Amino acid sequence: MKQLVRLFAGVFIIAIGLMYFTSYLNSSNGYSGGDTLTIYNWGDYIDPDVLAEFEEETGLKVIYQTFDSNEAMMTKIEQGGTTFDVSIPSEYAISKMKDEDLLLPIDHSLIPNLGNIDPRFMNLSFDPDNKYSIPYFWGTVGIIYNSELLGGKTFSSWNDLWSDDLRNQIMLVDGAREVMGFGLNSLNYSLNDTNEDHLQEAKRKLSNLTPNIKAIVGDEIKLLLAGEEAAVGIVWSGDASEIMGENDKLDYVIPEEGSNLWFDNMVIPKTARNLEGAHKFINFMLDPEIAARNAEYVGYSTPNAEALKLLPEEISQDERFYPDPEMTDKLEVYQNLGKRMLSHYNELFLEFKMHRK
Amino acid sequence: MRKNSKSAQLYLVIVFAILYAPILYLMYYSFNSSGTMHGFEGFTLEWYEEVFHDTRLLIIVLNTVVIALLSSAISTILGVIGAIAIQRVRRSRPRNTLLTMNNVLIVSPDVIIGASFLIFFTMIGIKLGFTSVLLSHIAFSVPIVVLMVLPKLQEMSPTLIDAAKDLGASGWGVLTKVIIPFIRPGIFAGFFMALTYSLDDFAVTFFVTGNGYSTLSVEIYSRARQGISPSINALSTLIFLFTIILVVGYYFLSQRGKSKPKWGAQQS
Amino acid sequence: MTKTRNLYLIPYVAWMLLFVATPIVLIVYKSFFDVEGNLTLENFEKFLTPVYLKMTFNSFWYAFLITAFSLLVAYPTAYWLTRTKHKQLWLLLIIVPSWINLLLKTYAFIGLFGTYGFVNSMLEWVGIGTQQILFTDFSFVFVSVYIFIPFMILPIYNALEELNPSLIYAARDLGASPLKTFRRVVFPLTLGGVKAGCQAVFIPALSLFMITRLIAGNRVITLGTAIEQHFLVTQDWGMGSAIAVLLIIVMAIIMMMTGNRGARNSIR
Repeated sequence: MKQLVRLFAGVFIIAIGLMYFTSYLNSSNGYSGGDTLTIYNWGDYIDPDVLAEFEEETGLKVIYQTFDSNEAMMTKIEQGGTTFDVSIPSEYAISKMKDEDLLLPIDHSLIPNLGNIDPRFMNLSFDPDNKYSIPYFWGTVGIIYNSELLGGKTFSSWNDLWSDDLRNQIMLVDGAREVMGFGLNSLNYSLNDTNEDHLQEAKRKLSNLTPNIKAIVGDEIKLLLAGEEAAVGIVWSGDASEIMGENDKLDYVIPEEGSNLWFDNMVIPKTARNLEGAHKFINFMLDPEIAARNAEYVGYSTPNAEALKLLPEEISQDERFYPDPEMTDKLEVYQNLGKRMLSHYNELFLEFKMHRK
Repeated sequence: MRKNSKSAQLYLVIVFAILYAPILYLMYYSFNSSGTMHGFEGFTLEWYEEVFHDTRLLIIVLNTVVIALLSSAISTILGVIGAIAIQRVRRSRPRNTLLTMNNVLIVSPDVIIGASFLIFFTMIGIKLGFTSVLLSHIAFSVPIVVLMVLPKLQEMSPTLIDAAKDLGASGWGVLTKVIIPFIRPGIFAGFFMALTYSLDDFAVTFFVTGNGYSTLSVEIYSRARQGISPSINALSTLIFLFTIILVVGYYFLSQRGKSKPKWGAQQS
Repeated sequence: MTKTRNLYLIPYVAWMLLFVATPIVLIVYKSFFDVEGNLTLENFEKFLTPVYLKMTFNSFWYAFLITAFSLLVAYPTAYWLTRTKHKQLWLLLIIVPSWINLLLKTYAFIGLFGTYGFVNSMLEWVGIGTQQILFTDFSFVFVSVYIFIPFMILPIYNALEELNPSLIYAARDLGASPLKTFRRVVFPLTLGGVKAGCQAVFIPALSLFMITRLIAGNRVITLGTAIEQHFLVTQDWGMGSAIAVLLIIVMAIIMMMTGNRGARNSIR
């Protein structure tokens, strides 16, 4: 008994001591108290130096929290209980959040740098007049491949994936819209198609791809492809640029049938407390010099026309990440298909995953 | 004492080797200068330096330890009370109902526990952060402690308690002098299990945390988007070595404590 | 007696009502709503389609495999552990690896099992040649067993520890061979621990997620994966809750069955 009491007393004393120490650390580093701005972003999706510069310039202390899926982020914001001032969801999440009244309108007069954004990326279907969101990065979905492992084979079409010599060589991202989308694209249908026959046709076609698929994975796809665990991957362009940064044997292509065009935009969720700081942050991120540095660090395509001019030519002229207008015309933004259709997409994707060779 | 045969020893060595293989792998790559987990380039201590300069990471580690210690201590106390309560219910129907209730949280997938706690906490207006994380860790640890303690209570013969009562022990006396010493191994097992679950939990914490509060596993999951960062490897190496020292140290200290009275008896 | 019984029950039952009953009620409530928020039984109907039935079958099959292999590895380990010097220390060292973050260990396994990983280099060296290990049923079961093994070893070890050694001596004196002693005396007497261990492994194994993606590359889809997907990805909380409700009911049935048998054993 005595030993138990001693153990438990010890545990409590240590825990409380550590708590005091933590709160001391918190306050001495400015993580608690008034002038803070809470940013809710994807992991490693901003240059830390840029953040530090923002803190220095404005005197605000940034609390940076990360999420790993749009859905997890939306759940958190919907339930409240936390004070996120700025978040960076993808476009389909933005239209959903708009529908559910989770966003605050952005005051354009407080964001003079807005003019730097390429007009092509403004006023898109998911957010007319950019009332709620300001573009942060954009990109495509495509095929990344390692020709060295494939004896010099290259890709230009989605249908190249169904080739017999790719047995057990392909890795897919674990996303219903992405996989169903390229299934539809390979049949020359729109990736926003809602025609049941087309969807079933796409699912059947995808099922035939099963022997070629090695795994359907999440973010670890970058690590696996860079480590040459598989020769081909279906990935977002941003991930592709990261993988290629690590392993230069890989190349990325946007298939000729067309693909998805995605956006990650900055928004102010309804949980925001520091509205002034949130606008300051958005404006700061649109500064050409800052945006260029951030784009170089993150490796995604910037929508900021002025920043693009500051980037070295090997980046800004790279058609894989800044495709020419002819290609851009074939790219489609995901439309909000409604909850029912979306859950149908998910069911079909699940059936595809359950299909074993 | 009967000794293990050579083959038995070999078997144990293999089991331990496999248990520690991934950890050694992590430790090995924490010294990799290229910062990845494939292809060792050269030896560096850079990542360790990074860990020590990262105050935010230090705060997160401390948060994790505080939550783990507090939640497992509190849930052990609650769990022991719960186990005694269940043991004293003699009729089998209500007893089985209690046991099933107890097991529901162990059974339900973390994501569901997390999601339902999130709804629950926001419903009753608990601010997300330290309190909500602590409460939910206690919540999923209590049933585990009950499961660990209950078998010990069942082994205890009722005559032991009756004897103590006959000798004039009060209810409190019976509890502290008879029951608790007897179920001590169960209490320890429960405490360590609770500690294990708390340190390992990601899904529940992920849902119920907020306002800048974070624990190590949540931080690791969100950093893992980039592949595991080498500073996390370095940090895990440090934590692992620290725990090993703590465990081995604790063990030998308690061994010495046990043998002391013997010496005393010899001297007198 | 009655007075003390009530006293112990109060905090425990209060806690259970707050943190177990409320979340369950919330989940059951959610399971009757579709994605658009209409009251419906659709979710349960959907569960009866081939996709979900097959998934259920898969989950049970893999959970069974994982439990069986865990037992196969854990029993000898626990048995020989009880015969080592410093056995308490070795037992603690079995638990310690589970304090290192699961995701980190999983990433380490990706490295170990990869095409250019440690295991394949070994196979190459032995002359077997490179095999695909990652994203196979083998790697999935292996890593799951790795994760759950401490939870199997602990109860078996405790059961073995309580075994009265004089029973074994008696059996030996009566001329039983070591094998016969084990089969007729040791194993039956530790059955309680085996059962506790199987429960502690089988149930969480049913709702595994994360490693189904990381280690099995989504080639194995369990009910846990589906629940996680519905809660975190597709946002179809109704369907996720419906699967959870069914899972909880199945668990309750398993618990009731094994629980009753346990009671009967103790009477005997």
